[in-house]
Amino acid sequence: MAEAARHPERVFTRAMGRDEATGSRPTVDAPFGLALAALGAERSDIVGLTADLGKYTDILPFRDAFPDRFFNMGMAEQNLIAAAAGLARTGFTPFATTYGVFASRRAYDFVAIACAHSNLPVKIVAGLPGLTTGYGGTHQAIEDTGLMRLIPGLAVIDPCDATEIQAATRAAAAHPGPVYMRLLRGKVPVVFEPEGFEFEIGKARLVREGGDVGFISTGFMTERAIDAAAALEAKGISAGVLHVPSLKPFDAEAAVDFAGKVKRVVTAENHVVSGGLASLVAEALFEGGVSKRLTRIGLPDRYIECGAVPTLQKRYRITTEDLVAAGEGRA
Amino acid sequence: MALSTNHPPETADLAALKAHAQAMRRHMLVMARGPGQGYVGQGLGIADTLAAIYFHELRWDPADLHAEDRDRFLLSTGHYSIALWAALAEAGIFAPEELTSYGADDSRLDMSTIDTTPGVEMIGGSLGHGLGQAIGMALGLRTKGSTARIFCELSDGEMQEGSTWEAAMSGSHFGLDNLVALIDCNGIQADGALVLDMEPVADKWRAFGWATQEIDGNDMAAVVEALHRARARAGKPHAIVLRTKPGFGIPTLMAREKAHFIRVDGGEWDQLMVELETEAAKHG
Repeated sequence: MAEAARHPERVFTRAMGRDEATGSRPTVDAPFGLALAALGAERSDIVGLTADLGKYTDILPFRDAFPDRFFNMGMAEQNLIAAAAGLARTGFTPFATTYGVFASRRAYDFVAIACAHSNLPVKIVAGLPGLTTGYGGTHQAIEDTGLMRLIPGLAVIDPCDATEIQAATRAAAAHPGPVYMRLLRGKVPVVFEPEGFEFEIGKARLVREGGDVGFISTGFMTERAIDAAAALEAKGISAGVLHVPSLKPFDAEAAVDFAGKVKRVVTAENHVVSGGLASLVAEALFEGGVSKRLTRIGLPDRYIECGAVPTLQKRYRITTEDLVAAGEGRA
Repeated sequence: MALSTNHPPETADLAALKAHAQAMRRHMLVMARGPGQGYVGQGLGIADTLAAIYFHELRWDPADLHAEDRDRFLLSTGHYSIALWAALAEAGIFAPEELTSYGADDSRLDMSTIDTTPGVEMIGGSLGHGLGQAIGMALGLRTKGSTARIFCELSDGEMQEGSTWEAAMSGSHFGLDNLVALIDCNGIQADGALVLDMEPVADKWRAFGWATQEIDGNDMAAVVEALHRARARAGKPHAIVLRTKPGFGIPTLMAREKAHFIRVDGGEWDQLMVELETEAAKHG
């Protein structure tokens, strides 16, 4: 009681809490697992692997449907990726899941050489992207898309919602080469209407047009950009949103086109602001001859501490309110 | 070659296999002569095993390198490519004239294995990659109901890579009795003799749940016999610990203290070739 009295508003870390939903949108439970299980029924070449994180990467619906095509490799991410490469070489299309930190930092050489160098169809599905866990720097993949986009031939996808995760899973399976996909897991919000939704690796999605400020966003930050744009509209500021789920290949043409039509550009990503989306946009605009002021919303160049996810997202300024402030020119 | 029956011969023609190994050693000297250097020490040491694999144990068809039910040989230590090129040339995949391009601009015969070269099953050279990929291939073939096998060469130095042990654990966990690891223990690595002592090598594989044999890797009869024993499918993967001598077949090279990477002057290659033939004649 004394402790509670000293810290009356203390919010506790949910650590590996499974749900990504923060707002009031409807949700889908384990959209990746659902999509993979559906694909598995259509294609006998789909196999699933994990490194002791099946439960935490939403792949269990696939395991339950196809136990003979599922392999749990234990806590061994180098072997997870190497074995996935071996399976690919015998004609399978492997989906390997682990956390983003392990797939990128720990298994990097295996993703690069065992998979990408031979353009093998290995699909790496990476949980806990950026600030989606309060577990601290060991588990927060804050630099993964930057690392992974440097690997030649590796497609890098950061989907926004449940609809896009399902479509991206299908697109990844159809893609001839290797894919790294960030995973939102558990109860994942539905931002995009599933009916008629199309997803193509390498293509950006113009969500909303606007002239005063243009948000170029990726991952779950697009949900926030959409909400921020609505809030800005109520304040008389016209804000557009270009959603870029595919960081590699990157749709530079769409970014240049979009940025050319707005007064200011704000990038928004659940990742450090160097090496990922912001860098890609800056490079594309510079090369495309578009000179606009660029505000980068994302994580700082530092390891993030433990804490409750909402606290940390607020502290490191990746909330809808931070995007509204950026849209108003206050950030 | 009828791959689908997938039964290697019961008896081996040891004299023929030794002749293949000797021819491969000649190929290696021809290759190294071009750039004046190469991983000849390791190549000469592993030549007997590769001859036994490619000309006796492996079910494959040089005319159909991508046959789905072929046995696969993975060279994890990519810098031994000189030995693989020698084996593939001996099997007729390359014309002997191409061997002189080893390590040259635009050659298909790189100093480290690359899978765009015909007959190569994976990119080797970033050490600790082979066994993990072998695990995936063995799982894949078994899932497909194929009776094909995977042979994966790796080295004692490579056992220092942690990924090797991740793969070793999973091999026994999944009971991959379609997998044979060939561990080339030649006692050398880049900085000289084994920088980290890996002994007892065989005990380590046994402890990780592998059926394990330990043999003289430069004794053709012993190599063939070990491969025959490894055909037994007892629900676990098989490890053959091969004790090999770097530079085997050429006393001058065997006597060298530093055999990891061989550089000699142009004329000396001729001398080594003579020594190779003399030595072979001596031992029949």
